[in-house]
Amino acid sequence: MSFFLFSKIPKSFQYLYSIIIVCFVAVICHFSLSFLDYRIIALILLLAVSIIASMFNIFPVLLAAALSALIWDYFFIPPYFHFRIASTEDIVLILTYFVIALVNGILTYRIRKYEKELVLKEEKANTIKLYNTLLNSLSHELRTPIATILGASDNILSRNKKLNDNQKSELISEISKASLRLNHQVENLLNMSRLESGIIKTHNDWYDITEVIYGVVNQFEDNKIEQKIVVKIDPQLPLFKLDKGMLEQILYNLINNASRYTPSNSLIRIDANSKSDILILTVEDNGFGFPPDEIKAVFDKFYRLKNTKIGGTGLGLSIIKGYAEAMGGRVVLQNAETHGARFTITIPAETSYLNNLKNE
Amino acid sequence: MNRAEILVIDDELPIRKLLEITLQSNDYFVRLAATAKEGLLMVANHPPDIVILDLGLPDGDGHVVLKKMREWYVKPVMILSVQSSEEDIVTALDNGANDYLVKPFRPGELLARIRSLLRTKVDSDENVAIISNTELQIDLSSRIVKRNNEILKLTPTEYSLLILFVKNEGKVLTHHHILREIWGPGYMSESQYLRVFIAQLRKKIEKDPNRPKLIHTESGVGYRFAFNE
Repeated sequence: MSFFLFSKIPKSFQYLYSIIIVCFVAVICHFSLSFLDYRIIALILLLAVSIIASMFNIFPVLLAAALSALIWDYFFIPPYFHFRIASTEDIVLILTYFVIALVNGILTYRIRKYEKELVLKEEKANTIKLYNTLLNSLSHELRTPIATILGASDNILSRNKKLNDNQKSELISEISKASLRLNHQVENLLNMSRLESGIIKTHNDWYDITEVIYGVVNQFEDNKIEQKIVVKIDPQLPLFKLDKGMLEQILYNLINNASRYTPSNSLIRIDANSKSDILILTVEDNGFGFPPDEIKAVFDKFYRLKNTKIGGTGLGLSIIKGYAEAMGGRVVLQNAETHGARFTITIPAETSYLNNLKNE
Repeated sequence: MNRAEILVIDDELPIRKLLEITLQSNDYFVRLAATAKEGLLMVANHPPDIVILDLGLPDGDGHVVLKKMREWYVKPVMILSVQSSEEDIVTALDNGANDYLVKPFRPGELLARIRSLLRTKVDSDENVAIISNTELQIDLSSRIVKRNNEILKLTPTEYSLLILFVKNEGKVLTHHHILREIWGPGYMSESQYLRVFIAQLRKKIEKDPNRPKLIHTESGVGYRFAFNE
C-alpha cells in the first residue's frame, strides 16, 4: 500500500520530485555515456519514469515522460545538445519511447486507481458490517428496557385491581431498573460519539482521588448492587491534576461491567496507588475472567465476547480505552489469580503534596 | 403552618406532571408554567417560596430568565437541566441560582433539596448563636464545634470553611466561590487547597468521610452543605 503514502504528497511536490528524479538519473547516465549506448540510456530513463508512475499521480508522470524524452533527445541522441535528430531510426525511437512512457504511466495509474477503489469498497463493507453489529446490539440493549417499562406500566394501568401490592411494587421496581439501564446506555452512546468526533479535550484540575473513587462507588452502593465493593487507597496518595469526568466514566464503566458479568455476592476490589507521578488504579473481580484469546479484542468498539449470553453494546470497554488514552494513559486487562478480571489503568499526571497546610 | 408554594417553570409536560404529583403528595402548593414569559409573570404577580426553573425553555434562554427574575425575586431558585452541561450549571449558580438538579433526577433527591432550601437561613438572623443537629453542634459566638459532645480541633481555615457552608446551607457553592471567600481572589484557580481542606474537614466532622452526609460533592461544580437532610 506504499503508493498511497506517496500519492498523499502534495501535487506541487510531486511535480518537483518527478523533475528531480528524471534529472538525477539523466546526470548519472551522462557520466556512463562512455561505456553505454544511448539506446540503453533510453531504457534506463524509461525505468525511472515507470518508478515515478508507481508513486505519483497521472500529471507528474506525464511531465516526467515528456521531460525525459526531451532530455534524452537533447543530451544523448547525436548530435548532442540539439533537439534535431539526424537519423530516421532515432526519430522512430524517440516517438516509441514517448508512447511507451505514456502508456506505462497511464497503465500504472489505472492499476493504482483500481486498487484504491477496492480498498474503499472494503472499508465501506466493513463500516456496513460494523453498523449492523451496532444496530443489532443497540436495538437489543435499548429495546429490552423499553419493553420492560412498557409492559410493566401497561400491566399496572390496565390490571390495577387484579394485582396485589407485592406484584405492583415488583413491577415498579422493574420499571426503575430498566430506566437506569436505558439511561446508562444513552450515556454510553453520547460518550462514544464524543470520543468519535475527535474533538474531545481534557479539562484538568486538582482532585482528591479518594473523593472521586468513593463518589462513583457510592452510586453503586446506593443502587444496592448484588456484589460487594472493597476499596483500598494508599493513604499517602497525592492530589492529581486530571480530568475528573473521564476518570469517573472509566471507573463507572468498570464497576458496572463487573457487577453485570459476575454472580451476586462476588467481590469487586478497587485499589489506588501511585508511582512517580503515575496514578495506578486497578479494578478486580473474582468472577469468571475473560477467555485469554479474546483479551486483546475486548477493547474494540462493538466487540462482544463470543460465548456471551448477557446483553451489551460492546461500547463500555472501548469508552474506557478511549478516555484512558485521551488522558495520556492506558488500560490493561489481565485475568487475576482468582481467575476474575483485573483491569489496570495507569494515568500520568501532575501531582501535589500539600502536607504543609495541615495547621492553617 | 403555611404550605410552601413552589413554582415549576418547565416546557416538558411529563416533567411538569411528575413534579406536580411529587410535590403535591408532599404537601406543597404547586403552580406550573410552561414558558419563560408565563413563568416570569407568575413570579412577578405572586412570588412563590421556591422557583424550579428548567434551563432549556422554548421562548427564552434560562440564564436570561434567571437574571431577569433575580432583579426582584430573592427567594431560592433551583435549576433543572439536562445532563452534561457543567458550564451551564456554574453560570446559573453565578447568576444567583441556589441549587441545581440534573435530569434524569430522583424525586426523593429533589424533595430533600427543597426541604434544605426552605429551612431558615442563619445569615439572615444574627441572633442565632448555636446551630446543631443530632451529631454536630456549632457555637458561632465562642467558635466551638462539637461532634457527639466532643470538642473538635479545627484549624482557622477549616473553621471558616465550615461556617461558609453552614451559612449557605442547601446552596451549591462553586469551587471559585469557595476559593474566593476563604483564600481570596488571588487563589481562585488553586483548587488543590480546596481538595485538601475539604478532605481534612470531612475527616473531622463526618461520621464516614468517604460517604459524606454533610458536605456533598457536586461533580464538576462545587460542594453543597446539608445539615438535616
